Amino acid sequence: MRTVRCDVAIVGTGAGGGTAALALAPLVAHGKRVLVLERGPRFQDGEFTGRELEMAGALYAEEGGFLTSDGTMTLAFARGYGGSTLVYTGTSLIAPPRVLRAWGVPGIDPEDMARRSRKYVEQNNVHLLEQELQNDNNRLFAEGAARAGFHPEQFPLNLRGCRGSSLCNLGCPNNAKQGTNRVQLPAAERLGVEVVTRATVTRIEERRLHAVVTERPAGAKGAVPEWEPGEYVIEAGHVVLAGGVMGTTPLLLSSGLRGLPPRTGEGFTCHPAHILVGEHPSSITNDVGHPKSWFVDRAAEDGYVLETCMYFPFITAKNLTGFGAPHSALMRAFPRLQMILVLACDHATAGNRITVDRRGAPVAHYRFTEAVIESMIRATRASARIFFAAGALRVHAPSAEPTLVEAHEVPHLEERIHARHFRTGQISISAAHLMGGCGMGSSAADSVTDDRGRVHGHPWLRVADASLFPDALEINPYLTIMALADRVAEGLLADIAG
Amino acid sequence: MPPALRSVLRELAETFIPETAGASDDQWAALEARVEQALSVRDQAMRRQLGLFVRVLAAAARVRYRTGLDSLEPARRTALLDSFARSPVLLFRRGIWGLRTLIMLGWYTQPSVIAAVGYRADPAGWDARR
Repeated sequence: MRTVRCDVAIVGTGAGGGTAALALAPLVAHGKRVLVLERGPRFQDGEFTGRELEMAGALYAEEGGFLTSDGTMTLAFARGYGGSTLVYTGTSLIAPPRVLRAWGVPGIDPEDMARRSRKYVEQNNVHLLEQELQNDNNRLFAEGAARAGFHPEQFPLNLRGCRGSSLCNLGCPNNAKQGTNRVQLPAAERLGVEVVTRATVTRIEERRLHAVVTERPAGAKGAVPEWEPGEYVIEAGHVVLAGGVMGTTPLLLSSGLRGLPPRTGEGFTCHPAHILVGEHPSSITNDVGHPKSWFVDRAAEDGYVLETCMYFPFITAKNLTGFGAPHSALMRAFPRLQMILVLACDHATAGNRITVDRRGAPVAHYRFTEAVIESMIRATRASARIFFAAGALRVHAPSAEPTLVEAHEVPHLEERIHARHFRTGQISISAAHLMGGCGMGSSAADSVTDDRGRVHGHPWLRVADASLFPDALEINPYLTIMALADRVAEGLLADIAG
Repeated sequence: MPPALRSVLRELAETFIPETAGASDDQWAALEARVEQALSVRDQAMRRQLGLFVRVLAAAARVRYRTGLDSLEPARRTALLDSFARSPVLLFRRGIWGLRTLIMLGWYTQPSVIAAVGYRADPAGWDARR
């Protein structure tokens, strides 16, 4: 067991941890030691091959197949230098003031959050993708949505030199996505912040972390760890937890830290999502080009968001409901498939929470409320209208019976796509926007941290990831995580300055 | 892989993905290896549940059709699995979902299959299409 001392220890390197690392890097010039511990490896540039099975195994927890406690939803979250910014699509939206106000967290001001977000918009080269680089899958969505009476909007994306591999969710093979692995972490390291990969924090005590650094397994991707493999105790003046929803809360709960606010783990939300496909009469460009360039935001009115997407053969097969000849026929139509991701805007609900099992492993409890199911149904009907308006022959709708909806059935969508056909366990539902568990608020009675991410009753301990969200964000969350981490780091700098 | 699953894997695969009936030896070996690998990273309890579920399916085949799952004619096997997929019992729906997901993972991650469905994504993106 080796002991290491530092002034600040950050756990996690995703949108929150990476942001905190760079924001706290100026401390190094003042003689402070800032340490970042990442559970996953530091991938090398040439290791992102785009091969589905290989990359899912390397990047995602449980190869992307982490299930909620009742087995009805898959949760996707990544591990590695850059955290889940390795596998997102780079969609960069600023939090809607409406949502931030509804959170009701004293100190969280929409204007301030927007200002901080814009800083990262600039830092990450966020811009709208040029029209000539958009593929048919995105073009058809935008055209179909407009024809169907929706208001399609283009996603701002954090790209630099995108070649259109379409493989964002398997880690960009061209290093084009400006995640924390490309921007904040390298900058922080240049300023003297130390990042240790393959370092799993197993327990947290007051101003002390227990960590295990593991060897690179034979044949595995990623660099060897920066530290000798073995057990470590890290004594830190301040600790910032940014291991993501499935990292931060489980670490707190499994450590048995005294005086932990009773709401720790509560308020888990995740924008439950599923994939819909529309089949066109001829081939379209769908597996080349950035996969997610457009969206329709109906969160405020109807509780859903529609996004363009294009997934890989296995994920697509898994998400098409049913099996046998009809399923195979749809798979063989792959070059003619248009794809839309439907996201429900869920809300913090009693019982939806993060806990740990007897081994300390994370457990996500999630029950689909009627409101969420209705949101998904409305979203599915809207997607069907968009597909047909774009020229699709038929649409695969998991909440329809039978699942294939033909063009002539458009007048009957309300009846064809219905909540009575929404059967969890039969429909593939997944989520990648994991939020909550350490929600912000004013006291330990209603929350876990204050608006600067300080855990109530533990002034040395902060949270700086999506665990802070007291409720769902209703948009893609990474920019808001960065804005919150920026606030957390600012508060910490002020505390250290005294 | 639970023995109960191994004994009917081919029949299940042919029901979920009819093309697997024409799989080459290499494709079949790759499917089995991928399923094996996927199960190896899951906990023991999940593997046990899966084995138990396959035994429930086999028992249902015997009760309904007086024959084992492996000797059931394809249409009846499809009907049986479909009834479990639509069951009011969540555990049964989950069981079918889990089995089909495993087999689809074993099949739709193979380069020859990916090429056959027409998926052509390439790290070089647009440059690879020009």
